[in-house]
Amino acid sequence: MKTAVIQFPGSNCDGDALHAAQLLLDQDAQFVWHTEAGLPQGTELVFLPGGFSYGDHLRSGAIAARSPIMQAVKAHAERGGFVLGVCNGFQVLTESGLLPGALSRNRDLHFLCRPVHLRVENAGTAFTGAYTKGQVIEVPIAHGEGNYYADPETVARLEGNGQVVFRYTDNPNGSLNDIAGIINERGNVLGMMPHPERAVEALLGSEDGRGLFDSLVRAQAPA
Amino acid sequence: MTQAATLRDRAGTFGLSTEEFDLLVTRIGREPNALEAAIVGAMWSEHCGYKNSRPLFRHFPTTGPQVLQGPGENAGVVDIGDGWGVAFKMESHNHPSAVEPVQGAATGVGGILRDIFAMGARPFAVLDSLRFGNPDSPRTRFLLNGVVEGIAHYGNAIGVPTVGGEVTFHPSYQENPLVNVMALGLLRHEDLAKGTMGEVGNTIVYVGSKTGRDGLGGAVFASADLSNASQADRPAVQVGDPFMEKLLLEATLEAIQAGVVAGVQDMGAAGLVSSTCEMAYRAGLGITMDLDLVPTREDGMVPMELCLSESQERMILVPVPGKEQDLLDLLAKWELDVVTIGQVEGHTNYRLTWRGEVVCDLPVDLLNEAPKYTREGIESDEIRAKRERDLSGVPVPGDLGAVLTDLLSHPTIASKRPIYQRFDHQVMTNTVVVPGAADAAVMRVKGSGMGVAATSDCNPRFVYLDPYAGAAAAVAEAARNLACVGATPLAITDNLNFGNPHRPEVYYQLERAVHGIADACRHLNTPVTGGNVSLYNQYTEGDERVAIHPTPTIGMVGVLPDVTKRATLDLKGEGHTLYLIGEHADTIGASQYLETVHGLEAGHVPALDLTREQAVIDATLHLIRAGLTDTAHDCAEGGLAVALAEMAIAGHTGLSVTLNAPAETRPDALLYGEAHARILIATPDDAGTEAALTAQGVPFTRLGTSGGDTVTIALPDHHIHLSVTLSALTHAFTTPLAEILG
Repeated sequence: MKTAVIQFPGSNCDGDALHAAQLLLDQDAQFVWHTEAGLPQGTELVFLPGGFSYGDHLRSGAIAARSPIMQAVKAHAERGGFVLGVCNGFQVLTESGLLPGALSRNRDLHFLCRPVHLRVENAGTAFTGAYTKGQVIEVPIAHGEGNYYADPETVARLEGNGQVVFRYTDNPNGSLNDIAGIINERGNVLGMMPHPERAVEALLGSEDGRGLFDSLVRAQAPA
Repeated sequence: MTQAATLRDRAGTFGLSTEEFDLLVTRIGREPNALEAAIVGAMWSEHCGYKNSRPLFRHFPTTGPQVLQGPGENAGVVDIGDGWGVAFKMESHNHPSAVEPVQGAATGVGGILRDIFAMGARPFAVLDSLRFGNPDSPRTRFLLNGVVEGIAHYGNAIGVPTVGGEVTFHPSYQENPLVNVMALGLLRHEDLAKGTMGEVGNTIVYVGSKTGRDGLGGAVFASADLSNASQADRPAVQVGDPFMEKLLLEATLEAIQAGVVAGVQDMGAAGLVSSTCEMAYRAGLGITMDLDLVPTREDGMVPMELCLSESQERMILVPVPGKEQDLLDLLAKWELDVVTIGQVEGHTNYRLTWRGEVVCDLPVDLLNEAPKYTREGIESDEIRAKRERDLSGVPVPGDLGAVLTDLLSHPTIASKRPIYQRFDHQVMTNTVVVPGAADAAVMRVKGSGMGVAATSDCNPRFVYLDPYAGAAAAVAEAARNLACVGATPLAITDNLNFGNPHRPEVYYQLERAVHGIADACRHLNTPVTGGNVSLYNQYTEGDERVAIHPTPTIGMVGVLPDVTKRATLDLKGEGHTLYLIGEHADTIGASQYLETVHGLEAGHVPALDLTREQAVIDATLHLIRAGLTDTAHDCAEGGLAVALAEMAIAGHTGLSVTLNAPAETRPDALLYGEAHARILIATPDDAGTEAALTAQGVPFTRLGTSGGDTVTIALPDHHIHLSVTLSALTHAFTTPLAEILG
């Protein structure tokens, strides 16, 4: 699956995203700098990595969401191309309107880095087909602003449509409905706070994030 | 009154003694102007010029086949094989953290990271050695929370994992905490960069943040005693911007890898002056810089401020001749402020111009060759008396099991999870052994099968009671900690935190500690590749001068040839056999137990046998690499019993052991004494392990087995049997730090 990892100034999981993508999706996965106007020809997956794009100035993800490359990412999503936003990448997706809601400061106001357990709520998506519904996986979090919020109608719609893909079993940050990851209605844009790219090698303690990449390999881009 | 007389009278405000001022006048054959005096004061400060410590450094072993870069550069570099090198260094930010803990600690992280990427190495791990005062005091809570927030703010944002370190508490740090930050970076040998001006005609490029008035005189501030007036020095504390540093890091590494950089250095202590002065000195050449070209954050800045500001996130780059434009273009991509501010000259002076006039014209050699002071050290009678104190009258507590929970809940020993979970310790996806899991951190090297291990260690109580033995013990403990994860120790960096060296009893500690480090490093084949000196760590209140416990923090780096052959401290299951490699402790001298339970800092530091230490290290490495064990733990503060409890808590598995020793050995020494050269291991293969240890020729004792839900320790010769539930131990170990953090 031809993969482009977007680099914003201040991205810091860009290398991790590229490493996981090269390992599991596309050995020729490449970085794309935020000032580019377009994605490489034939890009199937856009990976928005974690980090502190633009130093979190204004709001996490707010400035990155308005950088030149995001026009191309939006067009890619409109064409049905896959977009995966992890951590700061999720924040960029909500700031750019590709996903609903917002991520605010963690409940206890501190950055938190530790493994968490996630329940796979919807195994019918292109990102989760390799998991089974209800499966509990261990994936690390590392964020200070992962507290998911959306208005009640939006949350109800997300829940009703099965758009809540991952849920914390033990909510670390105060997210509404224990939401850890959501997908858009069309099923091609996924945002999540936990880091699946940090959980793809046994050497580093967990391989539970592999399923997400394996799912993408199996998936066909929706028409 | 002439201007020179006025300046001479004010020499102290520049950090110069009147003798030093007179020496300066003699050396240059004229009276300096105020800017020149200030520049000399900064360059001759302890922080930049090492005037009290450098004469001692000649004792350090600094060479070896593994050393790619020894002392004198921005950081040391060791060869780990396969064309890879690891740059590493430790630096203190003690005084800034004492007055403004968040920014003090944050800029400590930022500063050491710049030293690493200035070597052409990509930073890939940070460790913090933190020491605070009384854990119950509001000041300690304030400082601890601030320092943790500062490290998290900077390290998490820039995306370098914080993988380990130490956090300990002792009243001597009440007003003067220690914040020592160690960073490691990975590089290919061919990318090794140097802090030099190169050759005549090269240009000098300023890149990064604009220069402001923050951090003015920081090097001098760091080289004076703290006092209540230090609060007024808050403007001497810099403010960090990790986002800017991230851009600078990426831009610098990209430029070095593109082959367009002839020299590079971070603007650290004493800012623009020290970086350019040191680079000129290494090249043996003079330079001229135009201060009007320095990018400024505010209007009306004068040369003194432009020269000595310690604004963060600034670097000096010297382009390869003919590649100037390539470098400027590359830096422009990262949207950084870039200005060519000077050039390298055929003369040997450090020459600055401002508004068309020469405002500083001093020999480069003079600036870089601070006067050296060899002082006379005299041991404090009070401390000698504590060391020689007879401990035979110290009573053995009736409930030795209660002692175990008391020690586990001492904040120095208790779990640091509430702290390290605020640090991103996994970004870069290399962290194989995470904080709390073992005696050292382990990072894999992508694209090879190797791992790099790192640890920082010092037991200040040992150093206080016996500076030579205590400092040597810090090196030995660091090496032992690396062995416990399966890493061969390679080299050290040191951070020498001491009081005011003008006091003979402090100079004695510094001198003896340096000898202790030197001898241990020579013996354990871990050369010193660099370090940092932080003196004047004392607090003056009224007439009382409170010096910190002498704290020579040792940062050690090692290599795992095969990162899959490693160990952590947690028990891996039931029914495994526990062995002690080395011998039982027979003294309570200088122990945490003696301090916590009996309120005594006294006694001799346990005897150090570096030959035995090496044998225990070699045996442990052999067992791990032969696949005979994947569980190893050093016995440090709290001794054998605390180490066993930590293994059980981490493994969620109890254990039962028997300690056989002559009845005349104190039972509290067996349990809680802190003898060196001891490593605990657990194995499912008794026969293989015993055969291997016998072949290694190292003493060992079979202690017992893992399993159950208690930690049970029997001392049959003493008719003592203590048993504490795993849940009680876990509670004691895991709750204290969260309470202190609040």
